[in-house]
Amino acid sequence: MSVPTITALSAPAAGSIRDLTRRFLSDPGAVLALIVFVGFCIAGFGAPLIAPQNPYDLRQVDIMDSLMAPGSESFTGMTYWLGTDGQGRDMLSAMLYGIRISLVVGLASGLLALVFGTLVGLVAAFRRGWVDTVLMRIVDLQLSFPTILVALILLVILGRGVDKIIFALVVVQWAYFARTVRGVALVEGARDYVEAARGLRLGGLRILLGHILPNCLPTMLVVATMQVAMAISLEATLSFLGLGLPPTRPSLGLLIANGFDYLQSGRYWISVLPGLVLLAIIISVNVLGDRLRDVLNPRL
Amino acid sequence: MTEYIIRRVLQALLVLMVMTLLVFFGVNVIGNPVYIFASSECDQACLTAIIKDLGLDQPIWRQYLTFVGNLIQGDMGKSFTHGVPALHLIFERLPATLELAFCALLMALVIGLPLGIYAGLKPQTWAAKLIMSFSTVAFSLPVFWIGIIMILTFSVQLGWMPSVGRGDTVALGRVHLSLFTLDGLHHLAMPAFTLSLIMMAMVIRLARAGMREVMFTDYIKFARASGVPERRILGVHALKNILIPIVTVLGMEFGGVIAFAVVVESIFSWPGVGKMLIDAIGVLDRPLIVAYLICVVFMFVTLNLLIDILYSLLDPRIRLGGGRA
Repeated sequence: MSVPTITALSAPAAGSIRDLTRRFLSDPGAVLALIVFVGFCIAGFGAPLIAPQNPYDLRQVDIMDSLMAPGSESFTGMTYWLGTDGQGRDMLSAMLYGIRISLVVGLASGLLALVFGTLVGLVAAFRRGWVDTVLMRIVDLQLSFPTILVALILLVILGRGVDKIIFALVVVQWAYFARTVRGVALVEGARDYVEAARGLRLGGLRILLGHILPNCLPTMLVVATMQVAMAISLEATLSFLGLGLPPTRPSLGLLIANGFDYLQSGRYWISVLPGLVLLAIIISVNVLGDRLRDVLNPRL
Repeated sequence: MTEYIIRRVLQALLVLMVMTLLVFFGVNVIGNPVYIFASSECDQACLTAIIKDLGLDQPIWRQYLTFVGNLIQGDMGKSFTHGVPALHLIFERLPATLELAFCALLMALVIGLPLGIYAGLKPQTWAAKLIMSFSTVAFSLPVFWIGIIMILTFSVQLGWMPSVGRGDTVALGRVHLSLFTLDGLHHLAMPAFTLSLIMMAMVIRLARAGMREVMFTDYIKFARASGVPERRILGVHALKNILIPIVTVLGMEFGGVIAFAVVVESIFSWPGVGKMLIDAIGVLDRPLIVAYLICVVFMFVTLNLLIDILYSLLDPRIRLGGGRA
């Protein structure tokens, strides 16, 4: 059996995983970004465990405590370290839950768009001919409309909801993946190792999934990181406009929107604090993506 | 050539038709607008009267045919809440949006171009690195967040800038503009700057990349050798050549600016079409939502069509390959 040799041939020339990790971590900015991002992930997904109150449980929220400045104490002796919002919710708790929703929406839509876009891109590159032409025309059409406008139209039609915003984000993002993956797959398909695999009479599907797809992975990883940052930012924007998530599931964008009404009266913390967290998440994901591109050096 | 243009126009019409179908059916299956008009004492007879008045008793395909028939005659129905033709409302609000968008475009060029050229000429200086970090940040931050920080800083804390509305306007015929009054400009500055940031980041990057490429070309060397002053080399020979990609990209991105204007208008309560859309969505004013979306889609399809035709005139290779939709 000479199959293992082929697999070895198709491994990325950039170096081993350990080598790549070491190069990735040699940049202090990237390490910081990684720590920030992982920290927010832990904080967000551990929200029910670490948050001082459950902001959606009305029994725990006291309207008498609304609009308190950071550090104030409630009548029951609880300290609101980051203040409270217009309904008397503890901002720290609301933000922890908000981080979770923002991350879930961003990661889920990024991942789904990655899977769907990759599938389309591989099919287009593999089948060529009219299939390729039709698929790429659709991609072109999609990319000629600005993402925010398409997402806006879809959400006007679909209404609010976590599943709906994820759907809308996947619709606006898959085309980027499809185009990139198609480009890389076409380049990889012309390389010697694919020729060698063909020489061994391996099946088309096997070459596509076992040999070409692994070599598209570095590029896909970089595009996916950037798209997750974009998805988080877009979700926040749409939620801010009142189109994304329902008021019962406030993401960071919705928290910022709630605080916007109190901005003029100087109660800055309701808007600014979730905004800073949003900023930190988006920047850290972008820095991670930049570093990944430098390390993996895909042909974008 | 004529064949190519005809083919592109037919394609554009097809896209337009699919989009009207999608938008009309999509918007008309959401919610029930009857309850906005019905008072709490409204009985069944009164509800039926409202439904008949709005044309909602017809089957949806008939509603669509009526809609398309009216659309061809330039009639997009009456706004539920304003009681006037939707198209009329859009044209009334459009100057405010276009004014905002054009000012943003101008700001992006006036500020972005010198910064980008500098960063391209002296890429190793700390100022150039600062400029490039600024462009990265401006590109990746959500627009609405930048707007909020601007309001917090310049309106709430410092009290320098107004954060709501257009200020005094001057009427030019039936079009009202803020551009020609001091108060209007004062109101325009913050929203326009916020909207310009994404384009500014793009202009900086394109100008820098263009500069780095152009300065090593033979014609710049030749101009230097023949003693043309450095200022003239930069301002005439180099600038002319880096402007081509910048103008192209800005032309293509102008539609995106109109889309992002929705966000900026909502934050600064700028009375343009974007703010109107968000308000219309809030009260489920279907004809107004549909009219806005159709107008924007129409604008995009036309813009893309014009760019394609223009390109095919300039570059014969495109006519033989494929264009964009």
